[in-house]
Amino acid sequence: MKIIIHNAWVVDPFTDKEGVASITVEEGIITKIQWGKKEKGEKKHKKNSSNILEINAHGLYIFPGLIDMHAHLREPGFEHKETIRTGTKAAISGGFTTICCMANTNPVNDNPEVTYYILAKAREEGCCDVYPIGAITKGLKGEELSEMAMLREAGCVAFSDDGMPVTNSLIMKRALEYSKAIGSPIISHCEDLALSEGGVMNEGKMSFLLGLKGIPREAEEVMVARDILLSKYTKAPIHIAHVSTKGAIELIKRAKEENLPVTAETCPHYFTLTEKAVDGYKTDAKVNPPLRTEEDMEAIKEALKEDILDVIATDHAPHHEGEKKVPFQEAANGISGLETALSLSLKLVKDGILNLRQLIEKLTVNPAKILKISKKGLKENSEADFIIVDLGYKWKVNKKDFASLGKNTPFDGWNLEGKVLYTFKGKKFFDMSGEKN
Amino acid sequence: MKDLVGIKEISRQEIEEILNTARAFKEVLTRDIKKVPTLRGKTAINLFFEPSTRTRTSFELAEKRLSLDVLNFSVSTSSVVKGETLYDTLKTIESYNVDYIVIRHSASGAAKFVADNTPACVINAGDGTNEHPTQALLDAFSIVEVKGKLDGLKIAIVGDIIHSRVARSNLYLLSKFDTEITFVGPPTLLPSDVPSNVSISYDLKKGIKDADVVMLLRIQLERQKGAFIPSLKEYFHVWGLKGDAFSYLKKDAIVMHPGPMNRGVEISSEIADSPRSIILRQVTNGIATRMAVIYLLTRREV
Repeated sequence: MKIIIHNAWVVDPFTDKEGVASITVEEGIITKIQWGKKEKGEKKHKKNSSNILEINAHGLYIFPGLIDMHAHLREPGFEHKETIRTGTKAAISGGFTTICCMANTNPVNDNPEVTYYILAKAREEGCCDVYPIGAITKGLKGEELSEMAMLREAGCVAFSDDGMPVTNSLIMKRALEYSKAIGSPIISHCEDLALSEGGVMNEGKMSFLLGLKGIPREAEEVMVARDILLSKYTKAPIHIAHVSTKGAIELIKRAKEENLPVTAETCPHYFTLTEKAVDGYKTDAKVNPPLRTEEDMEAIKEALKEDILDVIATDHAPHHEGEKKVPFQEAANGISGLETALSLSLKLVKDGILNLRQLIEKLTVNPAKILKISKKGLKENSEADFIIVDLGYKWKVNKKDFASLGKNTPFDGWNLEGKVLYTFKGKKFFDMSGEKN
Repeated sequence: MKDLVGIKEISRQEIEEILNTARAFKEVLTRDIKKVPTLRGKTAINLFFEPSTRTRTSFELAEKRLSLDVLNFSVSTSSVVKGETLYDTLKTIESYNVDYIVIRHSASGAAKFVADNTPACVINAGDGTNEHPTQALLDAFSIVEVKGKLDGLKIAIVGDIIHSRVARSNLYLLSKFDTEITFVGPPTLLPSDVPSNVSISYDLKKGIKDADVVMLLRIQLERQKGAFIPSLKEYFHVWGLKGDAFSYLKKDAIVMHPGPMNRGVEISSEIADSPRSIILRQVTNGIATRMAVIYLLTRREV
């Protein structure tokens, strides 16, 4: 099938191009990009008898397929929460054509067999590219290094014990040193487990009022400081996952000023919500690190603007309903984030915090660079890997419509703006323009 | 009102209504026949996921005085961890068609969770470190009995504030009246961020010398393990209420404790057994107050 998209506004940080263009896709390959506005009829889109689909994309935007460098696909082992099939479907509907899945599956992705399994499943049942992230230590136990070289060969693009942070500083140091030979970065979930022990939300006035044990900001910041120092002395790249506090940002800022190989990400919930979302014991707002305060949220927005935070990742953490329908302190941590991330992020553009180009960088080229994933962007004769977005499209989040099995979102019922209408991923073409809300 | 989940959720007016009703029930309890037929034919279940003798006994007596049929369902938290979720336990109990569920649970918010998921009336008998609303109500009832009012009083709450649901419920209740509250204790056991009507004192004498009411909280031995305090001995030495307090306390200041008290940890016998102490009066008033709460709740029709 041949698809011609007319007069879309293209923003492509990979090729450093921006402007009106018309793009032709044939058999999953971009065969033609014609820059400049073309006159075209009024019809929204039409399908010719000769099997040519024409899309009038005037007023719509084309971005390279988004990359989520931090997701949990739960397979193997926790298929009641999510599968590679449903998770990649959720990715597509959220505009992500590439996602990286964390190693905390069962069995843990600490050996090539698990990596092969994930990749095979993704090829058979998945809708988008899946790049696994291997474990730093065997069984996420923080004791012995996993076979990083073999994991890398099998297809892992980074290493992380996400959720089960490496507490032993010597092991973390060795992992960083060793990773230099592998060429893939270490991603650190920064949490001092002694400081956060038993905690279920941000520590402060709110946690006192709810009678819930708090996780202080220091629990994150102490480890961010440690990992930056270890990165400095080992000269190994470190990527700080899901930054949630102002203090952590100050540490990362200083590291960047020193030109250390430090990069960092945050997630939409940290720049959209505060601990107030937890009030009423809302388990869908329980996440680790926890939602913080207004002050932290503002600092995160500012850090995105100043490029102290390089990446927006989802930390998509789907759970089964029963794991959230319990008293707060017993509830699982995590937010199902793939299907709301882009719309929540676009709000940063609408509010004048980021420009569109900057936002798309944080969702595409920046994670690709950190993970050394080769993506060409929008180029003739390369794979079609892009999305068409209506920035003004108003829709209401209904968790029941999620493709993800995880309906755990604190954004249910929210009115959002901006939606992916079409996702192109190679020969796969997903039309979400007719979905009603 | 369907439930009493917390003091946070109710108004000053509702608190006053409960206290007035409790006054009427207290009169009943002085009669020769202490039982009223008010709720005959209805059923209450005391669902206790944490061991408790005093609170459960007080509720059971209150229920029996109202002619309720009473079931006691005690579950140790560990057996719950092994199997049934709170939601499923609740649905099981609901199938008995009970009218009132009194719940104690180690998870903060558990009472709200239960209340949100059942048509029965739910009374929070203590949920984690969140609230223990009937304790605050009986404390208020006892204060009003002695002092005639709550407005204008200065109240000091001494001890392990951060782990105390009693402290929180009292804070919310007293904050709905015109009161000045001081939290007193070691910094490790006090919140760092407090509402504007609350002040903090690490010094026992300074914290309580102007108080009309001194509320003591129970200190648990395990606080030593968590490095909150070095020892119970040191706690008593610095923050325990001892005989010397008579020299600086206000002449008409009263001392309260939700029980069970640790003599020689948060309070000395000299204080506990003095006329200043209204600790046993609190126990008596617990029954009338709990009767009032049960009496004022109404089941949601389904």
